[in-house]
Amino acid sequence: MNAEPFVAPFVLQYTYKRSLGPVFSRFFTALRDGRILGSRTAAGTVLVPPSEYDPETGADLAEMVEVGPEGTVLSWTDLAEPPPGHADKTPFAWALIRLDGADTALLHAVCASEVSAGMRVRPRWAAERTGQIWDILCFEAVSP
Amino acid sequence: MSDVTVLRTPTRLNYEVTAGAVTARFLTGILDKNLIGQRCPACRKVYIPPRGSCPTCAVPTTEAVPVGPRGTVTTFSVVRLPFEGQILPPPYACAHVVLDGADVPLLHIVGDCDVDTVRIGMRVEAVWAPVVEATLASVRYFRPVDEPDVPDDQIRSFL
Repeated sequence: MNAEPFVAPFVLQYTYKRSLGPVFSRFFTALRDGRILGSRTAAGTVLVPPSEYDPETGADLAEMVEVGPEGTVLSWTDLAEPPPGHADKTPFAWALIRLDGADTALLHAVCASEVSAGMRVRPRWAAERTGQIWDILCFEAVSP
Repeated sequence: MSDVTVLRTPTRLNYEVTAGAVTARFLTGILDKNLIGQRCPACRKVYIPPRGSCPTCAVPTTEAVPVGPRGTVTTFSVVRLPFEGQILPPPYACAHVVLDGADVPLLHIVGDCDVDTVRIGMRVEAVWAPVVEATLASVRYFRPVDEPDVPDDQIRSFL
């Protein structure tokens, strides 16, 4: 029973694919076209990312409005060592970004040597967009 | 351009697994192309792969018992659809194989034969990978051997 402990990598991988439904279909179609959409509630609140339902009333949300493309960093977390899949974003921070015209914050990456609350940012779009969140490669500082 | 209606959201979890003493010994056996189970001191059942205890009697198991490499198919299902990560091209059979000397079935693959010939009671043997590693996948699959089928009444407890 003195066998050396065996240590081995174990990779669990799921190839999920989800149907978007009408709201997210419009959101991701717009992203592919280089525009960012939010949902407007009956009370006039604009939610970005959009929602299928009003979080306050549960009502269906169909109306969508364009927001941004610039926004303001509300808070952020620096990533000193980006995980696999994000190596091209060194250095970057995860940030909550309230896009102009929106009332809620979008979680996305900010590529900048220094990030701060209140910082003004804009999306850096991918050259080839397919309709997914990384069509925005990251947000970057708006030049003063 | 048509609307975006589907989103790919692959998920990948990278674990590092440390085998305990019992599994480490089982995997060491695999490196020598041996399948080594454990016998319960109370009910005398031989478990493969061993887990270090008997789930029925709730007692530790310590006695090592070599089993296989031949065994008997006790149930099976034919896989005809392709999917990612498949080891053999379909069609092939997933089967419970009760290895000789063991008292529990091992879920594995039966290949190297016409799937329509796979049947309960069929005798099979382990086919090892050209290079064995410390994983049960070093048994690539089981293939039929030229032995008479095991009659149902001898494997009834598994059916």
